[in-house]
Amino acid sequence: MTTPLIEVEDIGKTYGSVIALSDVSTVVNAGEVTCVLGDNGAGKSTLIKILAGVHQHDAGTFKVEGEEIRFSSPREALDHGIATVYQDLAVVPLMSVWRNFFLGSEPTTTFGFIDRKKGREVTRKALSDMGIDLRDVEQPVGTLSGGERQCVAIARAVHFGAKVLILDEPTAALGVKQAGVVLKYVAQARDRGLGVVLITHNPHHAYPVGNRFLLLKRGRALGCYEKDEINLEELTRQMAGGAELEALAHELRAVEA
Amino acid sequence: MTVTAKAPPVLDERLGKARVLDRLVVRPEIGAALGALLVFLFFSVVTDQFLSLGGVATWLDDASTLGIMAVAVALLMIGGEFDLSAGVMTASTALVTAILSTQLGLNVWLALLVSLAFALAVGALNGWLVMRTGLPSFIVTLGSFLALQGLNLGVTRLITGTVQVSGMRETVGYESAGYLFASTFNIAGQPFYVSIIWWVLFTAVAATLLVRTKFGNWIFAVGGAALSSRAVGVPVLRTKVILFMTTAFAAWLVGSINILRFTSVQANQGIGLEFQFIIAAVIGGCLLTGGFGSAVGAAIGALIFGMARQGIVYANWNSDWFQLFLGVMLLSAVLVNNVLRRRAERVRR
Repeated sequence: MTTPLIEVEDIGKTYGSVIALSDVSTVVNAGEVTCVLGDNGAGKSTLIKILAGVHQHDAGTFKVEGEEIRFSSPREALDHGIATVYQDLAVVPLMSVWRNFFLGSEPTTTFGFIDRKKGREVTRKALSDMGIDLRDVEQPVGTLSGGERQCVAIARAVHFGAKVLILDEPTAALGVKQAGVVLKYVAQARDRGLGVVLITHNPHHAYPVGNRFLLLKRGRALGCYEKDEINLEELTRQMAGGAELEALAHELRAVEA
Repeated sequence: MTVTAKAPPVLDERLGKARVLDRLVVRPEIGAALGALLVFLFFSVVTDQFLSLGGVATWLDDASTLGIMAVAVALLMIGGEFDLSAGVMTASTALVTAILSTQLGLNVWLALLVSLAFALAVGALNGWLVMRTGLPSFIVTLGSFLALQGLNLGVTRLITGTVQVSGMRETVGYESAGYLFASTFNIAGQPFYVSIIWWVLFTAVAATLLVRTKFGNWIFAVGGAALSSRAVGVPVLRTKVILFMTTAFAAWLVGSINILRFTSVQANQGIGLEFQFIIAAVIGGCLLTGGFGSAVGAAIGALIFGMARQGIVYANWNSDWFQLFLGVMLLSAVLVNNVLRRRAERVRR
């Protein structure tokens, strides 16, 4: 058994007196997708912000490749190969596709100027390797569709050697077809040997690509299942609050009757 | 200045050919260039002196100091921030230089260095306050604008008893410093102020920085989406603080040019100029919301300013008409910019 890329054990975080997250454990392996599911306020964002270096945990342990760690900034997480693609923060809309692609890691010539030719070519190649065929890498990212933007951000993380890719609700604002396209790239990143953390509140998006499912509710883990331990119906039921939903259905029937 | 020119992209079969207009439209300075051409042609036809060498020297000079500031302010605006203290800064730096050299007998070069350090410190403070508090730079720099204005008047009156510092001509090092900042050079027998060269130089450096360097890329990024930039590792705080310091540096350059040319400075100088800088930058294609704009555009915006201001004088019109012209220019520029941005930000799902 190889060391997991990321291993969190009984991790917790409080904001003042608010317990945002407590006793959550999971692993992220290379070439696997760990899905984090939960309703709004379940603690999904807190968990990924700890993994991405935006916040620091204040209980439990956080190991990256077997080594215990505490990031002080997103830059530090990036340097450890953990790249995060946020739902709304993936790209700068007014900048061109290739400038976005290289933002923060611009290729330079010997005189310190940006190598624009290389930038355009590498972007085009990296995108087409991921199966994304763009008309023009000089166009502003704002002219792309929501799905295409997520894909550019994913391709960027893959290109810059991320070992772990954290995706924050990549399919939330997308139509059915666009969401399918994004999930295809998630699978592609997984098959390239990256460890993927997929945050979503849609079990139908998580189940086809996921290897492991961490269910969160009100800051606590409802359970962490391997794919063979759970089926889509059970996942959906737990996700939706399981027993609560049955009670609600019962109530609704009572109203109708 | 062709630093912004693009290499022809490798064409995809899905790209139609008639893209020349589209390509031009996404260049932020194109509207300003057309406007400048119109203003130039108009005054060349309407007045006699406008196109004479003397006339050209006059409106270029008028545009030069404004242009230096407009370019710096444009960089700051692309980075998503405003600096309302920029106008008063041009007076503050001149006052520091003048008081140190005329009242304390300091060598002009030393006085210039001290005032540069002062300017950079104020710029850094502006940037640091904006970033630490998260308040809009509009409010923070309005505060530093008022504070500097008060300091300018208060300190000057305290030291000289009047609201003016003069007598630069008798100071040590005036000759050599004046040569660098306020001398003239001749073209076909017509003297041109050296400030024009500073303007062209400053614009060239800024334009190259903006489109050809990492830092330039970061300027667009922090202005377009600061949080996204931070997420991919762009040092947002450092970038913005450097931009505020650049504006302060430009104000020092302009202040030095002014004090060495006119040899005296009024303590209430520079008030209201901050809006002219912003107007020139907006005419040059800068968005008020940040993330889009051009250094060359801002320089052209200042050129339009200079040409119109002097052209109206040559045409023997009342200078009141200049304000009307300015208002119309600004409104049309904002309308054009707005259309451009919507083109660029158009969201398809």
